[in-house]
Amino acid sequence: MATFLAPSLRPRFRALAASFVPETAAAAPAEWAALEALVERTLAGRPAQLRRRLALFIRVLDLVARLRLGRGLAALDEARRAGFLERVAAAPVPLLRRGVWGLRTLVMLGWYTQPSVTRAIGYRADPAGWDARR
Amino acid sequence: MTTVRCAVAIVGSGAGGGTVAQALAPLVADGKRVLVLERGPRFRDEDFTGRELEMAAALYADEGGFLTADGAMTLAFARGYGGSTIVYTGTSLIAPERVIRGWEVPGLDHADVERRSRKYSAENNVHLLEAERLNQNNRLFVEGATKAGFRAEQFPLNLRGCRGSSLCNLGCPNAAKLGTNRVQLPSAERQGVEVVTRAEVTRIEERRLHLVVSPRPAGGKGTDPEWAPGEYLVEADQVILAAGALGSPPLLLRSRLPGLPGGVGAGFTCHPAHILVAEHLRPIGNDVGHPKSFFVDRAAEEGYVLETCMYFPFITAKNLTGFGAPHSALMRAFPRLQMILVLACDKAVPGNRITVDRRGEPVVHYRFTPAVIDSMIRATRASARIFFAAGAVRVHAPSADPPLLEAWESDRVDQRIAARHFRTGTISISAAHLMGGCAMGHGAADSVTDAWGRVHGRPWLRVADASLFPDALEINPYLTIMALADRVAEGVLADQGAR
Repeated sequence: MATFLAPSLRPRFRALAASFVPETAAAAPAEWAALEALVERTLAGRPAQLRRRLALFIRVLDLVARLRLGRGLAALDEARRAGFLERVAAAPVPLLRRGVWGLRTLVMLGWYTQPSVTRAIGYRADPAGWDARR
Repeated sequence: MTTVRCAVAIVGSGAGGGTVAQALAPLVADGKRVLVLERGPRFRDEDFTGRELEMAAALYADEGGFLTADGAMTLAFARGYGGSTIVYTGTSLIAPERVIRGWEVPGLDHADVERRSRKYSAENNVHLLEAERLNQNNRLFVEGATKAGFRAEQFPLNLRGCRGSSLCNLGCPNAAKLGTNRVQLPSAERQGVEVVTRAEVTRIEERRLHLVVSPRPAGGKGTDPEWAPGEYLVEADQVILAAGALGSPPLLLRSRLPGLPGGVGAGFTCHPAHILVAEHLRPIGNDVGHPKSFFVDRAAEEGYVLETCMYFPFITAKNLTGFGAPHSALMRAFPRLQMILVLACDKAVPGNRITVDRRGEPVVHYRFTPAVIDSMIRATRASARIFFAAGAVRVHAPSADPPLLEAWESDRVDQRIAARHFRTGTISISAAHLMGGCAMGHGAADSVTDAWGRVHGRPWLRVADASLFPDALEINPYLTIMALADRVAEGVLADQGAR
């Protein structure tokens, strides 16, 4: 099965991830590996057409960024990239909004399920419940 | 292909299937074989780790990411021994009289639903949680609701030995939640009912089910299936579909039984919901204790219900609008977040329905009506008032632009939260109360089954799950599913006795 994050797509995906979850810009290699593996695994269980559409959507975003801002996603500074994505996320065309929503959701899935990250934000749920707080 | 004969085959083991299985167990003593065919696995106690990622993947269809056809809403439903009773919070409410009356199903009256609901409430140890077991997230909700002029009510819960893990939606790690996986199914099995897990019914014919039993995947949670992996043909005198709104109607649709009522798949409702969060200055206990202990019921007046809730980091992140630094800042405030779940009471409308794709998989077509959007806006405004009254310094409202309301804006809630900001693809909306698709009613022209779940024109085929609901229930549905399933079982027993 073809991977979603082909080598040509990965830098653009990482640039998007850094805009969606700024902490990923400073992620350790192991954290990136975990994030991307989870994205791959999640998409592997979905129709191939969805993977193709998402990959195409990233390439279209990159192209539009080049045309409108003169640089691709990975080369844009953070502020300009975030502004660009916010405009797309608020676009009147539902498909564009849902595309951004889908990508951000994938990045958040890959990030906010990592134990180191959930610990860092202070999430402490424990099967032992109240006993674990005593 | 192996052929198996039985008196009754039950498809699904959730609130409906588990209830029917137990109620029909006496047939086994009469020498009749009763089978429960469950698509998901039978989990072991040690499988419930409470870890978000692995439990969501193990328990939920599409890992919890099943989307409506237009991608605008996520539908959550579980697969496993016990169905979605594995993952609910155990909230146990009896259907309102006005809702059952409004369904206008000849032969179904509220008194009967209430009587049966009370029976299962007693069986499942439904009670109010003791005051000292309530966490601060719930206490703040009551405090805020009271100050804001709303009446907060306590949820009756079906718990025994709750340790307050807060992990109900990932399957209780302490076996404290009394779903059908803990009560009705074990009781049925003790009496001789056979439950076959990892058993997917692919097609129905006249009194016959085509079935595929799958092996446990390498490293997968749960036990091996009770039957050897392979294809089976189950011949049954009676078939009961209890696979849920996204299980039973799709099975009927892909089976193309001749002469089925045309309403299969129609009338889908789901109580569209989203999670609201508010930030307090100090940490509050939101990730310990039972997460859903109180609610505000404004269904009759304004078409919404508010419930306390606590969700896990990814679900919370997904439900917050936007991204980038503001989103991250809110996530870093996780221990200081108060949460409320907003549910809109939708209505069955033409076009909101379940179909199947070329592979026979369910496809849900759902449009947010102006009334639903209106309900969500009102509910969001009410929640914002409750949050601020409880002392929150800022509220995240998806239907506001920008979505963060500061405390100094608390008197501008109506202006800031507005329907014009309700935009699919920007707001995360999800639903877990999946209803309709095999509605009860008078005849084949306007419904799929009669008031006892019997499919019109098919005396051997019944439905016993939330797909029976002709319209939204406007409360958490599991106790009503059990009550209706109890009626279905009564009908089967009457038929079997007459044979």
